[in-house]
Amino acid sequence: MRDIVFKTEIALTRYLSADGKPLDTLPPWCSAAEPLTTYYRWMVLARQFDQKAIALQRTGQLGTYASSLGAEAIDVVTGHLMTPADVLVPYYRNHALQMIRGTPMHDILLYWGGDERGNSGAAMGRDLPNAVPIATQTLHAAGAAAALKYRHQPHAVVCLCGDGATSKGDFAEALNLAGVWHLPLVMIVNNNQWAISVPRHMQCAAPTLAQKALAAGIPAEQVDGNDAIALHEVIEHALVRARSGKGPSLIEALSYRLSDHTTADDASRYRAPEKLKEAWQNDPIRRLRHYLLDQGLWDDAQERACLDEAQNRVQSAVEQYLATPPEPVECMFEYLYAERPEQLSGQIDSARIRGGGSA
Amino acid sequence: MTVATKERKLTIARAMAEAIAQEMRVDERVFVMGEDIGPLGGVFGNTRGLHEEFGSERVRDTPISETAFMGAAVGAASDGMRPIVELMFVDFFGVCFDAIYNLMAKNTYFSGGEVQVPVVLMTSTGGGYSDAGQHSQCLHATFAHLPGMKVVAPSNAYDAKGLMTAAIRDNNPVIFMFHKALQGMGWLGTEKDAIVHVPEESYEVPIGKAAVVREGNDLTIVGITSGVHHGLKAARQLAERGISAEVIDLRALVPLDRATVIESVRKTGRLIVVDEDYQSYGVSSEIICSVAEQGVPLKAAPQRVAYPDIPIPFTPPMEQWALPNADKIVAAYELMEKHS
Ligand SMILES: Cc1ncc(C[n+]2csc(CCOP(=O)(O)OP(=O)(O)O)c2C)c(N)n1
Ligand SMILES: [Mg+2]
Repeated sequence: MRDIVFKTEIALTRYLSADGKPLDTLPPWCSAAEPLTTYYRWMVLARQFDQKAIALQRTGQLGTYASSLGAEAIDVVTGHLMTPADVLVPYYRNHALQMIRGTPMHDILLYWGGDERGNSGAAMGRDLPNAVPIATQTLHAAGAAAALKYRHQPHAVVCLCGDGATSKGDFAEALNLAGVWHLPLVMIVNNNQWAISVPRHMQCAAPTLAQKALAAGIPAEQVDGNDAIALHEVIEHALVRARSGKGPSLIEALSYRLSDHTTADDASRYRAPEKLKEAWQNDPIRRLRHYLLDQGLWDDAQERACLDEAQNRVQSAVEQYLATPPEPVECMFEYLYAERPEQLSGQIDSARIRGGGSA
Repeated sequence: MTVATKERKLTIARAMAEAIAQEMRVDERVFVMGEDIGPLGGVFGNTRGLHEEFGSERVRDTPISETAFMGAAVGAASDGMRPIVELMFVDFFGVCFDAIYNLMAKNTYFSGGEVQVPVVLMTSTGGGYSDAGQHSQCLHATFAHLPGMKVVAPSNAYDAKGLMTAAIRDNNPVIFMFHKALQGMGWLGTEKDAIVHVPEESYEVPIGKAAVVREGNDLTIVGITSGVHHGLKAARQLAERGISAEVIDLRALVPLDRATVIESVRKTGRLIVVDEDYQSYGVSSEIICSVAEQGVPLKAAPQRVAYPDIPIPFTPPMEQWALPNADKIVAAYELMEKHS
């Protein structure tokens, strides 16, 4: 006798074609201007911010920067569906999401400009700072979710990571913990098809990354990460589940990294230009604009005003950023411990005496 | 007398790739694994050309699974292969350290000397180009502290090639640390003096032998990787004042060539150690202690110019303020003289 003891399938949700045409009956809320026009405005803002950040880096006014080009819909929809009491555990591409969570735009610039005050989290409530070693944040997210559950708080933790991050043991262990402890965690994988120069198919032999969650007993699905409507439906569902004690879920959002990996990378060395051109057809902003225009929810005048407003907001954030006086260099000795141990003072003095100067 | 040899200046990145290629040509057991080391040629350029020549079987891009490929290197090496693995930044050792210090480093001992683990773990170190506290560390002492691994770190392309060749042929695990600012990749702030003549044919630089890179009588400056270049610059500054400094490039931390250091300090009576790793419990204390233990007579208290015990800042002014440099070595010398 041979019984099938486990069988499953992974769904992919998509509502709009690349040109913004409905592929299916849309959820009723999609006929209203809100929240879709808000999503659209934020996506435009995210892209303006991104362009400006790269320009600042190229002119030596910002440190190495990770672009979010192509990931705007994932960030913006997630940001709007989260409540202030939910907890965000981001990775290094979630600038717009952090802004929607309340981090001022100039703080984000401060952070990428090397000023730790930009990462102080004053505006972020209980959100966690960026974790740079890949996938380590997935474990922190499990811990934050365990804390919510421990305190009987009906909120969700949202954690983001890339496709490459799913190859890490940390990722598997985080999911496993979330599964056995039934944690209020929503894991969103931004599958942008690349991990620096390594393409998606070299990360994992399975046809989907979503299915990794099934091994941890966690429901999982794919969603078109360039489709704001589909993202809204899928993320909202996962958040409600988490907040109502029904446990974790994993969402694999299919997107494409339209940028270099970071400003320190040159993707033309390993990525065919045709691939990139093709991917631009799926641009999330273009798709939503077409939909809104077709539905009469948007017009050219609004488009111009939206772009103007975005540029102005970015410009004033840049001005505020550039006008922020740097902290005295010695401040780096102050942050390391809750209170600076007396013994570190000697090192400040010797750093100064030995030609460090008092820059 | 002039010898007609053609100058063949290479960067450390090119020299590493050349050494690996030459060993791969003659030894089928050698293969390379790591993130972005295939068609991209490594984010620091040290595997350029290898994928084209040897293909994906021997030059493997890995998933972002450090635990997997570090552990796999231990397994493959124990089974007779000679893997070279790249940990993109030494800062990320934390996600795969068990395979390194508990297994790679100890399996020979645990097998009564039966099992050899000839892995070369190459990894980038160092800051100075604004890449923040999880991409800029040296962690020399962390690796050198733990028994069972050799640890090398070249300051120039000649040594890089020779040490890499020696590391691949060595029957022990060897940690090969390369400093990013010495790689010859423009965006990392290239140190010109690291780009030197490199013979085309294969050769070894012995692991565990320091080099006196400048001779002098008044002061010994000991460094490794970037510290050597700071030391050489400081020595030139001091020479203008009539002070003659000897500069020693350790080249390896394990085994450590204490004899060369001690011999030099016996001559000069003064010692400054330069290290871009954190100051406390580090290479600098080990060197000073080695000299003190031998009772070498000193004319002044030894000094160290190292990175303070704080994370490395992202912002250039703070990072530069905290990093060792030639001026700080000169200032340390002045302090030494004031107090002696
Ligand atoms: C543990 C660890 N290994 C390697 C790196 C170097 N690294 C930085 S980003 C990156 C690729 C990440 O790809 P993915 O998870 O797909 O995210 P994406 O950047 O594409 O959004 C790598 C390998 C790192 N930061 N941490
Ligand atoms: Mg990716």
